[in-house]
Amino acid sequence: MTAAAEAPDLVRLEAVSKRFGTAPPALDAVSGHIRGGEITGLVGPDGAGKTTLIRLMTGLMQADGGRLEVLGFDTGREAARIQRAIGYMPQRFGLYEDLSVAENLRLYADLRGLPKPERPAVFDQLLTFTDLKRFTSRLAGRLSGGMKQKLGLACALLRKPRLLLLDEPSVGVDPISRRDLWAMVDDLTKEGIGVVWSTAYLDEAEACDRVLLLNQGKLLFAGPPADLTARVAGRVFKLAGGNGQRRRVLAAALDRDGVVDGVVQGDAVRLVLAPAEDEAALARQVAGEGHRIQPAEPRFEDAFVDLLGGGPGGRSALADAATPLPMEDTAPVIEARGLTKRFGDFTAAEDITFAIPRGQIFGLLGPNGAGKSTTFKMLCGLLKPTAGEGRVAGFDLRHAGAKARNRLGYMAQKFSLYGDLSVAQNLAFFAGVYGLSRRRRRERSQLMVEIFDLGPHLSMSAKDLPLGLKQRLALACAVLHEPEALFLDEPTSGVDPITRREFWSHINGLVEKGVTVLVTTHFMDEAEYCDRISLIYRGHSIALGSPDELKAQVAGPAAPDPTMEDAFVALVRRSEAAVAA
Amino acid sequence: MSTTGPTGSAAPAAPAHSPGTSGRMRRFAALVLKESTQVVRDPSSILIALVLPMILLFLFGYGVSLDATRTRIGVVMEAATPVIRDLAASFQASRYFEVEVGQDRRQFEDRLILGEVRGIVVIPAQFAAEGAGRGTPTIQVIVDGSEPNTASFVENYAQGVVSGWARMRMTDVTGGTAGQPAISVEQRFWFNPELASRNFLVPGSIAIVMTLVGTLLTALVVAREWERGTMEAMMATPVTAAELLAGKILPYFLLGLASMTVCVLVAVFVFAVPFRGSVLALYAVSACFLVPALGQGLLISAATKNQFLASQLAMFTGFLPSFLLSGFLFEISSMPEIIQYLTLIVPARYLIPCLQSVFLAGDIWAMFLPHMAVMLAIGALLFVLAARNMRKRIA
Amino acid sequence: MWRTRLRALIVKELLAILRDPRGRMVLIVPPIMQLVIFSFAATLDVTNVDVMVLNRDAGRWGVELIQRIEGAPTFNTVATVDSLDALQAGIDEQSAIAAIQIGPEFSRDIAAGRPAEVQIILDGRRSNAAQIVAGYLSRIVNTLAREVAPANPNIPDLQVVPRTWFNPNRIYQWFMVPNLVAAIALLVGLVVTGLSIARERELGTFDQLMVSPLRTHEILIGKVIPPMMIGTVHITVYILAAVYVFGVPLRGSLVLLYGSAMFYLLAVIGVGLFVSALSATQQQAILGAFLFMVPAMLLSGLATPIDNMPDWLQPITLINPLRYFLEIVWGVFLKDLPPEEILADTIPLALIAVATLGTASWLFRRRME
Repeated sequence: MTAAAEAPDLVRLEAVSKRFGTAPPALDAVSGHIRGGEITGLVGPDGAGKTTLIRLMTGLMQADGGRLEVLGFDTGREAARIQRAIGYMPQRFGLYEDLSVAENLRLYADLRGLPKPERPAVFDQLLTFTDLKRFTSRLAGRLSGGMKQKLGLACALLRKPRLLLLDEPSVGVDPISRRDLWAMVDDLTKEGIGVVWSTAYLDEAEACDRVLLLNQGKLLFAGPPADLTARVAGRVFKLAGGNGQRRRVLAAALDRDGVVDGVVQGDAVRLVLAPAEDEAALARQVAGEGHRIQPAEPRFEDAFVDLLGGGPGGRSALADAATPLPMEDTAPVIEARGLTKRFGDFTAAEDITFAIPRGQIFGLLGPNGAGKSTTFKMLCGLLKPTAGEGRVAGFDLRHAGAKARNRLGYMAQKFSLYGDLSVAQNLAFFAGVYGLSRRRRRERSQLMVEIFDLGPHLSMSAKDLPLGLKQRLALACAVLHEPEALFLDEPTSGVDPITRREFWSHINGLVEKGVTVLVTTHFMDEAEYCDRISLIYRGHSIALGSPDELKAQVAGPAAPDPTMEDAFVALVRRSEAAVAA
Repeated sequence: MSTTGPTGSAAPAAPAHSPGTSGRMRRFAALVLKESTQVVRDPSSILIALVLPMILLFLFGYGVSLDATRTRIGVVMEAATPVIRDLAASFQASRYFEVEVGQDRRQFEDRLILGEVRGIVVIPAQFAAEGAGRGTPTIQVIVDGSEPNTASFVENYAQGVVSGWARMRMTDVTGGTAGQPAISVEQRFWFNPELASRNFLVPGSIAIVMTLVGTLLTALVVAREWERGTMEAMMATPVTAAELLAGKILPYFLLGLASMTVCVLVAVFVFAVPFRGSVLALYAVSACFLVPALGQGLLISAATKNQFLASQLAMFTGFLPSFLLSGFLFEISSMPEIIQYLTLIVPARYLIPCLQSVFLAGDIWAMFLPHMAVMLAIGALLFVLAARNMRKRIA
Repeated sequence: MWRTRLRALIVKELLAILRDPRGRMVLIVPPIMQLVIFSFAATLDVTNVDVMVLNRDAGRWGVELIQRIEGAPTFNTVATVDSLDALQAGIDEQSAIAAIQIGPEFSRDIAAGRPAEVQIILDGRRSNAAQIVAGYLSRIVNTLAREVAPANPNIPDLQVVPRTWFNPNRIYQWFMVPNLVAAIALLVGLVVTGLSIARERELGTFDQLMVSPLRTHEILIGKVIPPMMIGTVHITVYILAAVYVFGVPLRGSLVLLYGSAMFYLLAVIGVGLFVSALSATQQQAILGAFLFMVPAMLLSGLATPIDNMPDWLQPITLINPLRYFLEIVWGVFLKDLPPEEILADTIPLALIAVATLGTASWLFRRRME
C-alpha cells in the first residue's frame, strides 16, 4: 500500500479455484486484484478461464476454493449487493433480439431501478455516446455486431456502475467499432469506474492499464502490460529483404536454437531471439545477402510466447510429406470475376474480382457482415452468384463434378467437424468422402495422425477435444486428399498463439510446395501472412494489394509505420468518405 | 477515500436502491412487458399458442370421432321371404349402418377381409318360418375383430336393430303388449343424449392446448433465454429469482387463458358443443390447471437450459401424458393398475373431467374443488422444484 | 469411387446418431415409452368400471339383478345408493359411469307377468365408454328377462349370434400393437431424418459436405439410407414384441410386410427430408415433425376409424402414408391379406414416396442456390 493516490481495489482474488466435473480446473488458484479507474485486461486464449472468472465476480457462479471479494462484498454471501452495483455485459451482449433498442434500454432501466425523471437525460447521453440515436426503433436482432455491442454496453451502464465487467466485447466486431468502444470505455475510467475487459486478442492487452494473463486456468502474469513486454526488450527484430522468400526465411530462422519466436509480417519476418543471440549473424545465415535487420518494438504477444517457452519450430512435417505441385503453371488457381450476390434488395457482395496464382496466400479481410464470407462461399460453390463467376483450377464449382471438388480442401469457421464422431472416424469419413483408395486412406490417415500428434486422442469424440487439437484435426481433414487449393474461413480465431504459429507453419510449408490458399479473416495477424489481400467493406472490395502496399497507402507523416489495423481503419474511413462525397 | 477498501456503504455511483415494493413492482412490470412484447413478435410463440391449438381443435372436432355412425355392413338374405326382407329393411333404416344387401355371404366375406365392410349380418333361410315354434331362429353377426371398438359397436347396434324389429313385429302380429320382453331397459344418456363423441373430445382437447402453451411454450422461451445468454444478463441485475420467475409466469398464464378462450369460442360457435356451466367455473379450473403446466415448463427449462432438449422433454412429459394418460380418449379404469397410479400425477387428468362437465353438465363444484386442489398441489410441488433449479446461479 | 463415398456417408450418419447421447435418446426412449404406454394404456376397452344401483324394489328380482351385475367381471365396484339425489351426485361427480335404477314394482311386475322396467342412467360426458357399459348392462338384463319369462309360444326367442373374425376375443392389443409398428416407423423416420440435416446445418458440417466431391443426389441418398436402416430395425423390434410379448398372431407373409415397409419408410423419410429442408435448427425440425406427425396419426385410422370422419375429410386421408401402411399391417398380422391386396396398398405408398422424395430433393437443390 503506497500512495493515497492509488485507486482502491474493487476486486480481490485470493487463490480462487473453480472446477467443472472431472476436467482440469477452469481456474487454478488465481490471485490478484482489480482497481477502480483503470481498464484491467483479462487476457488469454479460448478456454483460459476468462468467462468463468467474470461469472465468479458477478456472483452468478461460486468458486470451489479461495476468496473472492467484489466491492468489499463476499461473492458467496452477498451476491445481491454486488449485482446492484456492477454493470455486466456477457458474451453475445445479453440483448433481447425481439426487442428494439429503446425497449432494451427501458427494460434494463426498470430492472436496475433507474428513476423515471432521470431517464430522458441518461438515455440521451448513452445513445449519443454509443451513436445509436438513429436506430432506437430498430430491433436489436437487426443491428450489426458493433452496434449490438454498443447497445449491450449502454444497457450495462444505465446506472453508473462502480465496476464494469465486459466479457469478450470485441468478438465479431470490426476494428473501427472496436476503437470506438475502447474510447468509450476509456472515458468511463476517468470517472473512477473499474473496467474488466476480457479478450483473446493479445494486441488489446497492450492498451490495458493492467493485465491478468490466463492460460489453461492458471494466472501467468499480473501487472501493467509493459512489465511483461519488458522481458523481451531488445530481443525483437524485424528482418526484411529476404528476396521475397519470407516464408523460407521464417522457417529457417525458427529452426535455429537462438530463435524463440517468429511470424511473417508483410514482406518481412518478425523474430524474437533468445537473450544474447547475435541478430546480425543470424540474419546472414538465414536470409543471405541483401537482408536488413533492425530492432522492432516488442509486443505483448512476443512476451506471451516467450513466457510460454517459445513458439514451435519452423518445419512442417505436413509440407515435407506433400508432393510438390508444378510451379511453372502460371494460370491462376482461384479466380473471381465480377462476383455479385444479392439477397432481395440487399447486396451482400458486388463485382468482386481477383485472381490467385499458384503458390500464394490470398486474404479476404473485412469486418463481420461485410461480404467476405459471401464471396468465399461463392468461390467454393456453396452459394450461387447473382452475377459473375468464380473458378477454381479452371472449374466453376457449381457445375463441376466430383473431380474438380476433389482438388480443393475446406476448413470452416469453428472447426466444423462431426463432433460426435471420434478423431479416427472423422479422418475415415473424410478419406471416404474424397474417394481415397483403401491403401491411400490408410497411409494418409496414418501420416496425419503422426504429423498432428493425434495418436493419443484417436478414440475421443471430436467435440471433446481441446480447441488446439480440434484445429489440428480440422486441418488434417482438409488436407487429407492433398488438395491444390485450400479454403480457410477464419482459421485461427480464439486459438492460443502457439497453435496459431504451428498452423501457419504448415500453411506456409504447403504454399511453398505449390498449394494455393484463400483465407478469410478479420484478424490482423493472419492478414500479415497473406501475399495479397482484398479488403472487403459493405460488399465492395475497397483495396487490393500486398499487406505492405496497403500499409504504404495510408502511411503518412503522422504514422510512418502503420499496423495492418491502422491501414484497415484508414482505408475504410477513406472509402466511407468517398461514398459520402 | 480510505485505503482500507470499499467496505463501507454503497458508493455514490450506485445510490441506495429504491427499497421495498415500488422497485419490485417496477421490475416485475418491466419483465412482464418484455415477455409480452416477445410473445407478439416471435413466430414460434404464435405458432404454438394459436396455430397449433386451431389445428388440434380441428383434428379433434372433425378427424377424431368415436361415433360409428355410418358403418358399412353387408346383410345377407339367404332367402327373399317378406319377413326376411322386412328385417333387412330395418337394418337399412338404422342410422348406424350403411347397408348393402346380398344373397350370398361369400360375396361379403372377401370384403370383410379387405375392411370394406365392418360386419356381415346373415339372416338364415329357415328364419322365414314365422312364428317359430320350430327351434330358435338365429341371426349371425360376423364382425371384423381387427378393430375391436368398431366390432363391439356393430354387434351392439345389430342386436338393437334385431330386438327392436322383433318387438315391432310382435306388436303388429299379436297386438297389445305381447311383444314386450319381460324386462325392458330404458337407457338415458345424461348430458350428451345425442352421443356425439365430439362433445367430449373438443373440451378435452382444450386441456391439451393449454398443456402446449403452459408447458411446451414456457419451456422453450425460458430455455431460449439460457441459450442466448440473456438469462445471464438478467441475473447480474438486481432482479431476484422470484421476480424473474413471476415475470415469466404471468404472461404465459394469461396467454394460456387467452388460448383457452379462443378454443372455447370455437368449440361453442363452430362445433356447437353445448356450454352449460358458468364462465367463472371455466376460468377457475383452467387457472388451476395452468399452475402445474407452467411449473412443469419452468422446471424443464431450468433443468435443461437448451431448447432442443426442452422441446423433447415437454413433448414426452407434457403433451403425451395429457393425451394418453388423462382419460381424454382412453378410459383410465381400463389401464393396468400401475399405469393408473401414474395417471395420478398427470394434471390434465384432473382438468379434463372438469372441462367436460363445464361444457356438458354444468357447475359441479363438488367435483371441481377437489380436482382444483390436487392441481394446485402438483403445481406447488413443481414450482418448488423449479425454483430450486433456477436459483440465481449459472452452474 | 461413388461406392466408397456413399459408404463413408452412411457410416458417418449412423455413427453420428449412435454416438450422440441425444441421438441415442431419440432412438431408444420414445420407442420404449410408445410401446409400453400405447399398448397398455391406449385402449378403448372398457373394464373395471364403477356403477351405482338405486334399488327401490323390495322383492327378490331386484336383488337378483344386482347380484348378477356384481358378478360380472367388467364392473369394479357396484355402489348402492338410496336416493335419487345421491344417484345424481354420483353421476355428476363421476364416481360412477352408470347408475341402474330399479323401480318399486319391479319384482311384483315380474311375478305378475307384466313387463317390468329397469332404468339405466349413463354419463354422456364419456359417451363412448358409456355406450359400451350400456351394452354390458343390457345384456345382463336381457339374460335375466329371458329366464324369468315363461316361454311364450307367440314370441320367437330371436337370437343374435355374434362371431368375431380375426380377433375372436376382441383383444384391443391385437389392434393397437400392430398399429404401433407403423407409428414407430413414422416417428423414427421423421425425427432421425429431420434432425440429421438440421444438426449438420447447426454445426456447419453441411457446407463441408457441399464442397466435397459428393454430388447432391449422393448426399440425399446418404441421408435416406441410414434412417431406412434404423426404421427397419425398429419395425423388426416391434414385430418381435408384438408376436412374442403381446402374442399377436402373425398370419400373413413377413416378406410382403417388409417389402411394403420399404416404400412406407421412403415416403416417411421423404417427409422428414422435406421438413429438414425447411428448418434451420434442430428445434424447428422437431416442431415441424410434430406438426406433421400429430395430424398424420389422428387422420389415419390409428386412433379412430376413417369411416367415422365426415365425408369431406376422408379424401384428405388418401395422401397419408400411414393410412395405407396400417391397412397392410392389420392385413398381414391378423387377416392374411392376399398379396395383390397388399400390392394395391403399396402402390399409393410408392407414389407418395416419389412425391415426397422428389419435392424434398427439389427443395434441397433450391436451397443450395
